[in-house]
Amino acid sequence: MTVRHGLVALLAERPMGVYELRKEFDARTGGTWPLNIGQVYTTIQRLMRDGLVEHVPLEYSHEAGDAEPYRLTEAGYQEADGWWHQPVDRSVPGRDELVIKLALAAASPDVHVPTVVHAQRVESMRALRDYTRLKAREPEHVTTREGLAWSLVLDNLIFTAEAEVRWLDHVEATVARVGALPVPGVAEQGAAAPAPVGASDDSTWTGRGR
Amino acid sequence: MTGRRASGPTAGAEAGTEASPIILELTGVTRVHGEGERRVVALREADLEVRLGELVAVMGPSGSGKSTLLNLAGGLDTPSAGEVRLGRDLLSHLDAAGRAAIRRRRVGYVFQDLNLIPALTAAENVALPRELDGVGVREAREQARSALAEVGVVELADRFPEEMSGGQQQRVAIARALVGPRRLVLADEPTGALDSHTGEAVMRVLRQRIDAGAAGLLVTHDPRFAAWADRTVYLRDGVVVDADRDDRASDLLVGAGRGSGRDRRRGIGPGLDD
Repeated sequence: MTVRHGLVALLAERPMGVYELRKEFDARTGGTWPLNIGQVYTTIQRLMRDGLVEHVPLEYSHEAGDAEPYRLTEAGYQEADGWWHQPVDRSVPGRDELVIKLALAAASPDVHVPTVVHAQRVESMRALRDYTRLKAREPEHVTTREGLAWSLVLDNLIFTAEAEVRWLDHVEATVARVGALPVPGVAEQGAAAPAPVGASDDSTWTGRGR
Repeated sequence: MTGRRASGPTAGAEAGTEASPIILELTGVTRVHGEGERRVVALREADLEVRLGELVAVMGPSGSGKSTLLNLAGGLDTPSAGEVRLGRDLLSHLDAAGRAAIRRRRVGYVFQDLNLIPALTAAENVALPRELDGVGVREAREQARSALAEVGVVELADRFPEEMSGGQQQRVAIARALVGPRRLVLADEPTGALDSHTGEAVMRVLRQRIDAGAAGLLVTHDPRFAAWADRTVYLRDGVVVDADRDDRASDLLVGAGRGSGRDRRRGIGPGLDD
Protein backbone atom coordinates (compact mmCIF):
# COMPACT_ATOMS: atom_id res chain seq x y z
CA MET A 1 0.00 0.00 0.00
CA THR A 2 1.44 3.31 -0.95
CA VAL A 3 0.39 6.82 -0.13
CA ARG A 4 0.60 7.57 -3.84
CA HIS A 5 -2.08 5.07 -4.79
CA GLY A 6 -4.23 6.03 -1.85
CA LEU A 7 -4.28 9.67 -2.89
CA VAL A 8 -5.01 8.82 -6.51
CA ALA A 9 -7.93 6.65 -5.37
CA LEU A 10 -9.33 9.49 -3.24
CA LEU A 11 -8.97 12.06 -6.04
CA ALA A 12 -10.90 9.72 -8.34
CA GLU A 13 -13.98 10.57 -6.24
CA ARG A 14 -13.65 14.36 -6.39
CA PRO A 15 -11.04 17.12 -6.40
CA MET A 16 -9.50 17.78 -3.00
CA GLY A 17 -6.78 19.93 -1.44
CA VAL A 18 -3.91 18.51 0.62
CA TYR A 19 -5.64 19.04 3.98
CA GLU A 20 -8.79 17.32 2.86
CA LEU A 21 -6.78 14.48 1.31
CA ARG A 22 -4.98 13.88 4.56
CA LYS A 23 -8.21 13.98 6.53
CA GLU A 24 -9.99 11.56 4.21
CA PHE A 25 -7.06 9.15 4.09
CA ASP A 26 -6.96 8.99 7.88
CA ALA A 27 -10.71 8.61 8.16
CA ARG A 28 -10.90 5.71 5.75
CA THR A 29 -8.00 3.77 7.18
CA GLY A 30 -9.07 4.30 10.76
CA GLY A 31 -6.11 6.61 11.38
CA THR A 32 -3.88 3.55 11.43
CA TRP A 33 -1.20 5.05 9.20
CA PRO A 34 -1.45 8.78 9.85
CA LEU A 35 0.06 10.99 7.16
CA ASN A 36 1.69 14.31 7.78
CA ILE A 37 0.80 17.18 5.55
CA GLY A 38 4.30 17.39 4.09
CA GLN A 39 4.06 13.76 2.98
CA VAL A 40 0.77 14.48 1.21
CA TYR A 41 2.18 17.60 -0.39
CA THR A 42 5.35 15.87 -1.62
CA THR A 43 3.34 12.98 -3.03
CA ILE A 44 1.01 15.36 -4.87
CA GLN A 45 4.03 17.14 -6.35
CA ARG A 46 5.35 13.83 -7.68
CA LEU A 47 1.94 12.90 -9.08
CA MET A 48 1.85 16.26 -10.88
CA ARG A 49 5.35 15.69 -12.24
CA ASP A 50 4.20 12.31 -13.56
CA GLY A 51 1.16 13.86 -15.23
CA LEU A 52 -1.46 12.06 -13.10
CA VAL A 53 -2.69 15.07 -11.14
CA GLU A 54 -3.29 18.73 -12.02
CA HIS A 55 -4.50 21.89 -10.35
CA VAL A 56 -8.20 22.57 -10.59
CA PRO A 57 -8.56 25.70 -12.76
CA LEU A 58 -9.09 28.66 -10.45
CA GLU A 59 -12.70 29.50 -11.39
CA TYR A 60 -13.84 26.03 -10.20
CA SER A 61 -12.03 26.14 -6.89
CA HIS A 62 -13.99 27.80 -4.17
CA GLU A 63 -13.15 25.87 -0.96
CA ALA A 64 -11.96 28.51 1.44
CA GLY A 65 -8.85 27.64 3.44
CA ASP A 66 -7.85 24.83 1.14
CA ALA A 67 -6.62 27.05 -1.63
CA GLU A 68 -5.26 24.55 -4.13
CA PRO A 69 -7.55 21.67 -4.97
CA TYR A 70 -6.14 18.96 -7.20
CA ARG A 71 -7.86 16.65 -9.61
CA LEU A 72 -6.87 13.64 -11.68
CA THR A 73 -5.86 13.90 -15.29
CA GLU A 74 -7.09 11.28 -17.77
CA ALA A 75 -3.90 9.31 -17.06
CA GLY A 76 -4.66 9.67 -13.33
CA TYR A 77 -8.11 8.09 -13.75
CA GLN A 78 -6.54 5.22 -15.63
CA GLU A 79 -4.02 4.78 -12.81
CA ALA A 80 -6.81 4.70 -10.20
CA ASP A 81 -8.81 2.19 -12.21
CA GLY A 82 -5.75 0.03 -12.76
CA TRP A 83 -4.92 0.03 -9.05
CA TRP A 84 -8.31 -1.34 -7.97
CA HIS A 85 -8.19 -4.11 -10.52
CA GLN A 86 -4.58 -5.18 -10.26
CA PRO A 87 -3.73 -7.52 -7.39
CA VAL A 88 -1.13 -6.32 -4.93
CA ASP A 89 2.20 -7.92 -5.83
CA ARG A 90 3.05 -10.70 -3.38
CA SER A 91 5.86 -12.32 -5.34
CA VAL A 92 8.54 -10.67 -3.22
CA PRO A 93 8.14 -11.27 0.52
CA GLY A 94 8.38 -8.18 2.69
CA ARG A 95 11.48 -7.83 4.82
CA ASP A 96 10.34 -8.82 8.28
CA GLU A 97 12.83 -8.23 11.08
CA LEU A 98 11.40 -11.02 13.22
CA VAL A 99 11.63 -13.63 10.48
CA ILE A 100 15.18 -12.62 9.70
CA LYS A 101 16.11 -12.61 13.39
CA LEU A 102 14.73 -16.09 14.03
CA ALA A 103 16.24 -17.49 10.84
CA LEU A 104 19.63 -16.22 11.93
CA ALA A 105 19.05 -17.40 15.51
CA ALA A 106 18.11 -20.91 14.36
CA ALA A 107 21.31 -21.22 12.32
CA SER A 108 23.53 -19.84 15.06
CA PRO A 109 25.11 -22.17 17.64
CA ASP A 110 25.34 -19.27 20.10
CA VAL A 111 21.69 -18.33 20.42
CA HIS A 112 19.06 -20.11 22.48
CA VAL A 113 16.08 -19.94 20.14
CA PRO A 114 13.36 -20.71 22.75
CA THR A 115 14.45 -17.68 24.77
CA VAL A 116 14.10 -15.48 21.71
CA VAL A 117 10.69 -17.03 20.96
CA HIS A 118 9.40 -16.55 24.49
CA ALA A 119 10.32 -12.89 24.66
CA GLN A 120 8.76 -12.27 21.28
CA ARG A 121 5.57 -14.16 22.11
CA VAL A 122 4.95 -11.99 25.16
CA GLU A 123 5.38 -8.90 22.98
CA SER A 124 3.27 -10.19 20.06
CA MET A 125 0.56 -11.32 22.44
CA ARG A 126 0.54 -7.87 24.00
CA ALA A 127 0.04 -6.29 20.57
CA LEU A 128 -2.76 -8.77 19.81
CA ARG A 129 -4.41 -7.93 23.12
CA ASP A 130 -4.17 -4.20 22.46
CA TYR A 131 -5.82 -4.56 19.04
CA THR A 132 -8.49 -6.76 20.61
CA ARG A 133 -9.19 -4.07 23.19
CA LEU A 134 -9.68 -1.54 20.45
CA LYS A 135 -12.06 -3.98 18.81
CA ALA A 136 -13.96 -4.53 22.06
CA ARG A 137 -14.61 -0.78 22.19
CA GLU A 138 -16.25 -0.76 18.79
CA PRO A 139 -19.92 -1.66 18.46
CA GLU A 140 -20.50 -5.30 17.57
CA HIS A 141 -22.35 -4.34 14.40
CA VAL A 142 -20.93 -1.79 11.98
CA THR A 143 -23.30 0.96 10.86
CA THR A 144 -21.13 3.46 8.99
CA ARG A 145 -18.74 3.28 6.04
CA GLU A 146 -15.98 4.71 8.17
CA GLY A 147 -16.72 2.15 10.87
CA LEU A 148 -16.58 -0.62 8.29
CA ALA A 149 -13.21 0.56 6.95
CA TRP A 150 -11.78 0.81 10.46
CA SER A 151 -13.09 -2.61 11.51
CA LEU A 152 -11.50 -4.23 8.46
CA VAL A 153 -8.16 -2.56 9.12
CA LEU A 154 -8.34 -3.65 12.76
CA ASP A 155 -9.21 -7.22 11.79
CA ASN A 156 -6.16 -7.28 9.54
CA LEU A 157 -3.92 -6.18 12.41
CA ILE A 158 -5.49 -8.88 14.60
CA PHE A 159 -5.12 -11.62 11.99
CA THR A 160 -1.51 -10.64 11.36
CA ALA A 161 -0.62 -10.62 15.06
CA GLU A 162 -2.41 -13.94 15.54
CA ALA A 163 -0.49 -15.49 12.64
CA GLU A 164 2.73 -14.30 14.22
CA VAL A 165 1.91 -15.90 17.59
CA ARG A 166 0.99 -19.16 15.87
CA TRP A 167 4.19 -19.10 13.87
CA LEU A 168 6.20 -18.55 17.06
CA ASP A 169 4.52 -21.63 18.62
CA HIS A 170 5.45 -23.53 15.49
CA VAL A 171 9.06 -22.34 15.64
CA GLU A 172 9.34 -23.38 19.27
CA ALA A 173 7.87 -26.84 18.65
CA THR A 174 9.99 -27.42 15.54
CA VAL A 175 13.23 -26.37 17.21
CA ALA A 176 12.45 -28.63 20.18
CA ARG A 177 11.66 -31.58 17.88
CA VAL A 178 14.75 -31.17 15.74
CA GLY A 179 17.02 -30.87 18.77
CA ALA A 180 20.75 -30.15 18.50
CA LEU A 181 22.12 -30.04 14.96
CA PRO A 182 25.77 -30.31 13.97
CA VAL A 183 27.48 -26.99 13.49
CA PRO A 184 29.38 -26.92 10.16
CA GLY A 185 33.14 -26.79 10.62
CA VAL A 186 33.16 -27.41 14.35
CA ALA A 187 31.68 -30.89 14.44
CA GLU A 188 35.13 -32.39 15.07
CA GLN A 189 35.60 -30.38 18.25
CA GLY A 190 33.14 -32.58 20.06
CA ALA A 191 31.07 -31.49 23.03
CA ALA A 192 33.32 -28.67 24.16
CA ALA A 193 30.95 -26.00 22.88
CA PRO A 194 30.06 -23.23 25.34
CA ALA A 195 26.46 -22.83 26.56
CA PRO A 196 24.38 -20.81 24.13
CA VAL A 197 23.65 -17.17 24.83
CA GLY A 198 20.45 -16.72 26.79
CA ALA A 199 20.21 -20.35 27.90
CA SER A 200 18.64 -20.36 31.30
CA ASP A 201 18.90 -22.98 33.97
CA ASP A 202 15.38 -24.03 33.05
CA SER A 203 16.03 -27.42 31.48
CA THR A 204 12.39 -27.78 30.42
CA TRP A 205 13.07 -25.44 27.50
CA THR A 206 15.70 -27.51 25.79
CA GLY A 207 15.35 -30.42 23.50
CA ARG A 208 12.26 -32.00 25.00
CA GLY A 209 10.40 -33.53 22.11
CA ARG A 210 6.65 -33.24 22.10
CA MET B 1 -4.05 -2.30 35.44
CA THR B 2 -5.44 -2.05 32.00
CA GLY B 3 -7.24 0.37 29.78
CA ARG B 4 -10.14 -2.01 29.72
CA ARG B 5 -10.57 -2.28 33.43
CA ALA B 6 -10.04 1.40 33.92
CA SER B 7 -13.09 1.99 31.77
CA GLY B 8 -15.16 -0.70 33.43
CA PRO B 9 -17.12 -0.71 36.64
CA THR B 10 -13.98 -1.58 38.55
CA ALA B 11 -12.51 1.79 37.59
CA GLY B 12 -12.21 2.52 41.30
CA ALA B 13 -9.34 0.04 41.28
CA GLU B 14 -7.46 2.33 38.89
CA ALA B 15 -4.91 3.28 41.54
CA GLY B 16 -3.70 -0.33 41.62
CA THR B 17 -4.97 -3.84 41.29
CA GLU B 18 -4.43 -4.16 45.04
CA ALA B 19 -7.83 -2.61 45.54
CA SER B 20 -9.58 -5.38 43.64
CA PRO B 21 -10.30 -8.45 45.76
CA ILE B 22 -8.62 -11.75 44.95
CA ILE B 23 -11.12 -14.29 43.67
CA LEU B 24 -8.74 -17.17 43.02
CA GLU B 25 -5.26 -17.77 44.38
CA LEU B 26 -2.91 -20.68 43.78
CA THR B 27 0.29 -20.74 45.83
CA GLY B 28 3.06 -23.23 45.06
CA VAL B 29 0.58 -25.72 43.69
CA THR B 30 1.98 -29.06 42.55
CA ARG B 31 -0.02 -32.00 41.30
CA VAL B 32 1.59 -35.41 40.90
CA HIS B 33 -0.15 -38.39 39.34
CA GLY B 34 1.01 -41.96 39.93
CA GLU B 35 4.05 -43.22 41.80
CA GLY B 36 7.52 -44.56 41.16
CA GLU B 37 8.16 -45.30 37.49
CA ARG B 38 4.75 -43.91 36.54
CA ARG B 39 5.12 -40.71 38.50
CA VAL B 40 4.07 -37.72 36.39
CA VAL B 41 4.22 -34.15 37.58
CA ALA B 42 1.20 -32.57 35.90
CA LEU B 43 1.74 -29.17 37.50
CA ARG B 44 4.83 -27.91 39.31
CA GLU B 45 4.80 -25.14 41.92
CA ALA B 46 2.32 -22.96 40.10
CA ASP B 47 1.46 -19.53 41.48
CA LEU B 48 -1.53 -17.69 40.11
CA GLU B 49 -3.77 -14.92 41.25
CA VAL B 50 -7.00 -13.78 39.61
CA ARG B 51 -8.72 -10.67 40.88
CA LEU B 52 -12.23 -9.36 40.47
CA GLY B 53 -12.62 -7.91 36.96
CA GLU B 54 -9.75 -10.00 35.58
CA LEU B 55 -9.77 -12.60 32.85
CA VAL B 56 -6.59 -14.68 32.67
CA ALA B 57 -5.84 -16.90 29.68
CA VAL B 58 -3.95 -20.19 30.04
CA MET B 59 -2.14 -21.45 26.95
CA GLY B 60 0.17 -24.34 26.22
CA PRO B 61 0.42 -27.54 24.20
CA SER B 62 -1.61 -30.64 24.99
CA GLY B 63 -0.43 -32.28 28.17
CA SER B 64 1.17 -29.09 29.49
CA GLY B 65 -1.06 -29.00 32.56
CA LYS B 66 -3.85 -26.63 31.47
CA SER B 67 -6.70 -28.91 32.45
CA THR B 68 -4.99 -29.86 35.71
CA LEU B 69 -4.70 -26.18 36.55
CA LEU B 70 -8.36 -25.60 35.78
CA ASN B 71 -9.50 -28.61 37.81
CA LEU B 72 -7.43 -27.56 40.80
CA ALA B 73 -8.76 -24.00 40.57
CA GLY B 74 -12.33 -25.29 40.62
CA GLY B 75 -11.79 -27.73 43.47
CA LEU B 76 -12.47 -30.73 41.24
CA ASP B 77 -8.97 -31.97 42.01
CA THR B 78 -6.76 -31.48 45.05
CA PRO B 79 -3.10 -30.47 44.93
CA SER B 80 -0.29 -32.79 46.06
CA ALA B 81 1.33 -29.70 47.57
CA GLY B 82 0.52 -26.02 47.80
CA GLU B 83 -2.69 -24.10 48.46
CA VAL B 84 -5.76 -23.14 46.45
CA ARG B 85 -8.01 -20.38 47.74
CA LEU B 86 -11.39 -19.35 46.41
CA GLY B 87 -11.95 -15.94 47.88
CA ARG B 88 -11.06 -16.39 51.53
CA ASP B 89 -11.70 -20.12 51.62
CA LEU B 90 -8.75 -22.42 51.63
CA LEU B 91 -9.92 -25.44 49.66
CA SER B 92 -7.30 -27.78 51.12
CA HIS B 93 -8.78 -27.28 54.60
CA LEU B 94 -12.16 -28.57 53.50
CA ASP B 95 -13.43 -32.10 53.07
CA ALA B 96 -15.04 -33.25 49.82
CA ALA B 97 -18.52 -32.11 50.88
CA GLY B 98 -17.20 -28.71 51.94
CA ARG B 99 -15.37 -28.29 48.66
CA ALA B 100 -18.48 -29.23 46.72
CA ALA B 101 -20.52 -26.62 48.59
CA ILE B 102 -17.94 -23.88 47.95
CA ARG B 103 -17.79 -24.91 44.33
CA ARG B 104 -21.55 -24.68 43.87
CA ARG B 105 -21.64 -21.24 45.38
CA ARG B 106 -18.48 -19.71 43.95
CA VAL B 107 -17.46 -21.34 40.67
CA GLY B 108 -19.01 -22.16 37.32
CA TYR B 109 -17.64 -24.00 34.32
CA VAL B 110 -18.05 -23.40 30.61
CA PHE B 111 -16.84 -26.21 28.38
CA GLN B 112 -16.44 -26.49 24.64
CA ASP B 113 -19.88 -28.06 24.23
CA LEU B 114 -22.50 -30.18 25.99
CA ASN B 115 -22.74 -27.56 28.72
CA LEU B 116 -26.48 -27.67 29.22
CA ILE B 117 -28.84 -30.41 30.31
CA PRO B 118 -30.98 -31.14 27.24
CA ALA B 119 -34.20 -31.84 29.18
CA LEU B 120 -34.16 -28.46 30.93
CA THR B 121 -34.90 -24.99 29.55
CA ALA B 122 -32.25 -22.27 29.60
CA ALA B 123 -33.73 -20.77 32.79
CA GLU B 124 -33.94 -24.19 34.47
CA ASN B 125 -30.34 -24.95 33.52
CA VAL B 126 -29.15 -21.67 34.99
CA ALA B 127 -31.31 -22.05 38.12
CA LEU B 128 -30.13 -25.60 38.81
CA PRO B 129 -26.94 -24.83 40.76
CA ARG B 130 -28.92 -22.43 42.97
CA GLU B 131 -31.61 -25.03 43.66
CA LEU B 132 -28.93 -27.63 44.45
CA ASP B 133 -27.54 -25.13 46.90
CA GLY B 134 -30.87 -25.01 48.72
CA VAL B 135 -32.28 -21.78 47.32
CA GLY B 136 -36.07 -21.86 46.84
CA VAL B 137 -37.33 -22.55 43.34
CA ARG B 138 -38.87 -19.14 42.83
CA GLU B 139 -35.78 -17.26 43.99
CA ALA B 140 -33.52 -19.54 41.96
CA ARG B 141 -35.59 -18.78 38.85
CA GLU B 142 -35.36 -15.06 39.52
CA GLN B 143 -31.60 -15.26 39.87
CA ALA B 144 -31.47 -17.31 36.66
CA ARG B 145 -33.46 -14.70 34.73
CA SER B 146 -31.22 -11.90 35.91
CA ALA B 147 -28.11 -13.96 35.06
CA LEU B 148 -29.54 -14.53 31.56
CA ALA B 149 -30.30 -10.82 31.24
CA GLU B 150 -26.71 -9.99 32.14
CA VAL B 151 -25.45 -11.86 29.10
CA GLY B 152 -28.20 -10.50 26.87
CA VAL B 153 -30.26 -13.66 26.33
CA VAL B 154 -33.21 -13.33 28.70
CA GLU B 155 -35.51 -13.98 25.73
CA LEU B 156 -34.12 -17.52 25.53
CA ALA B 157 -35.24 -18.36 29.08
CA ASP B 158 -37.90 -20.86 28.05
CA ARG B 159 -36.02 -22.51 25.21
CA PHE B 160 -34.46 -25.92 25.34
CA PRO B 161 -30.79 -26.31 24.36
CA GLU B 162 -31.66 -27.96 21.05
CA GLU B 163 -33.67 -24.87 20.14
CA MET B 164 -30.62 -22.64 20.51
CA SER B 165 -27.55 -21.99 18.36
CA GLY B 166 -24.10 -22.92 19.63
CA GLY B 167 -23.33 -19.29 20.47
CA GLN B 168 -26.60 -18.91 22.37
CA GLN B 169 -25.89 -22.07 24.37
CA GLN B 170 -22.49 -20.71 25.34
CA ARG B 171 -24.10 -17.49 26.54
CA VAL B 172 -26.50 -19.49 28.67
CA ALA B 173 -23.53 -21.48 30.01
CA ILE B 174 -21.79 -18.22 30.95
CA ALA B 175 -24.97 -17.09 32.69
CA ARG B 176 -25.08 -20.35 34.66
CA ALA B 177 -21.38 -20.11 35.51
CA LEU B 178 -21.97 -16.72 37.13
CA VAL B 179 -25.50 -17.10 38.53
CA GLY B 180 -26.28 -15.74 42.00
CA PRO B 181 -23.20 -15.37 44.20
CA ARG B 182 -20.84 -17.07 41.75
CA ARG B 183 -17.95 -14.84 40.75
CA LEU B 184 -15.47 -17.17 39.05
CA VAL B 185 -15.92 -18.70 35.62
CA LEU B 186 -13.54 -21.46 34.55
CA ALA B 187 -13.77 -21.72 30.79
CA ASP B 188 -12.21 -24.65 28.93
CA GLU B 189 -12.04 -23.87 25.20
CA PRO B 190 -15.48 -22.18 25.31
CA THR B 191 -15.15 -21.10 21.68
CA GLY B 192 -13.78 -24.42 20.45
CA ALA B 193 -16.97 -25.58 18.76
CA LEU B 194 -17.91 -22.20 17.30
CA ASP B 195 -17.08 -20.43 14.05
CA SER B 196 -14.78 -17.46 14.40
CA HIS B 197 -17.51 -14.80 14.30
CA THR B 198 -19.65 -16.52 16.92
CA GLY B 199 -16.58 -17.27 19.01
CA GLU B 200 -15.71 -13.62 19.04
CA ALA B 201 -19.26 -12.66 20.05
CA VAL B 202 -19.08 -15.14 22.96
CA MET B 203 -15.73 -13.71 24.07
CA ARG B 204 -17.22 -10.24 23.95
CA VAL B 205 -20.04 -11.35 26.26
CA LEU B 206 -17.64 -13.13 28.62
CA ARG B 207 -15.44 -10.06 28.75
CA GLN B 208 -18.33 -7.70 29.45
CA ARG B 209 -19.73 -10.01 32.11
CA ILE B 210 -16.35 -10.17 33.86
CA ASP B 211 -15.90 -6.40 33.62
CA ALA B 212 -19.31 -6.04 35.25
CA GLY B 213 -18.15 -7.91 38.37
CA ALA B 214 -16.67 -11.39 38.00
CA ALA B 215 -13.35 -13.11 37.28
CA GLY B 216 -12.33 -15.81 34.85
CA LEU B 217 -9.72 -18.35 33.88
CA LEU B 218 -9.77 -19.17 30.18
CA VAL B 219 -8.02 -22.20 28.71
CA THR B 220 -7.60 -21.81 24.98
CA HIS B 221 -5.17 -22.75 22.24
CA ASP B 222 -6.30 -19.84 20.10
CA PRO B 223 -4.26 -16.64 20.53
CA ARG B 224 -7.06 -14.56 19.08
CA PHE B 225 -9.40 -15.57 21.91
CA ALA B 226 -6.64 -15.42 24.54
CA ALA B 227 -6.20 -11.80 23.48
CA TRP B 228 -9.52 -10.97 25.17
CA ALA B 229 -7.88 -11.74 28.52
CA ASP B 230 -5.91 -9.26 30.62
CA ARG B 231 -2.88 -11.51 30.58
CA THR B 232 -1.74 -14.93 29.49
CA VAL B 233 -0.07 -17.69 31.46
CA TYR B 234 1.93 -20.15 29.33
CA LEU B 235 2.39 -23.70 30.52
CA ARG B 236 5.08 -26.11 29.33
CA ASP B 237 5.34 -29.56 30.89
CA GLY B 238 3.50 -28.43 33.98
CA VAL B 239 5.60 -25.33 34.52
CA VAL B 240 4.51 -21.73 34.09
CA VAL B 241 7.14 -20.51 31.63
CA ASP B 242 6.05 -16.97 30.93
CA ALA B 243 3.38 -14.99 32.62
CA ASP B 244 3.09 -11.74 30.77
CA ARG B 245 1.75 -8.94 32.85
CA ASP B 246 0.34 -5.70 31.66
CA ASP B 247 2.53 -3.53 33.84
CA ARG B 248 3.92 -1.74 30.85
CA ALA B 249 1.87 1.11 29.48
CA SER B 250 0.96 0.27 25.97
CA ASP B 251 2.14 2.65 23.28
CA LEU B 252 -0.74 1.57 21.13
CA LEU B 253 -3.34 2.81 23.53
CA VAL B 254 -1.85 6.09 24.59
CA GLY B 255 -4.68 8.58 24.48
CA ALA B 256 -7.13 5.89 23.46
CA GLY B 257 -10.57 6.11 24.92
CA ARG B 258 -10.36 9.85 25.26
CA GLY B 259 -11.83 12.25 22.79
CA SER B 260 -13.99 10.88 20.10
CA GLY B 261 -13.98 9.78 16.52
CA ARG B 262 -10.76 8.89 14.85
CA ASP B 263 -8.37 10.83 17.05
CA ARG B 264 -8.34 7.98 19.53
CA ARG B 265 -7.19 5.56 16.88
CA ARG B 266 -4.41 7.64 15.52
CA GLY B 267 -1.29 5.93 14.49
CA ILE B 268 -1.40 2.34 15.67
CA GLY B 269 -0.01 0.77 12.51
CA PRO B 270 3.43 0.53 10.97
CA GLY B 271 4.60 3.44 8.86
CA LEU B 272 3.81 3.68 5.18
CA ASP B 273 6.19 4.15 2.33
CA ASP B 274 5.26 6.77 -0.13
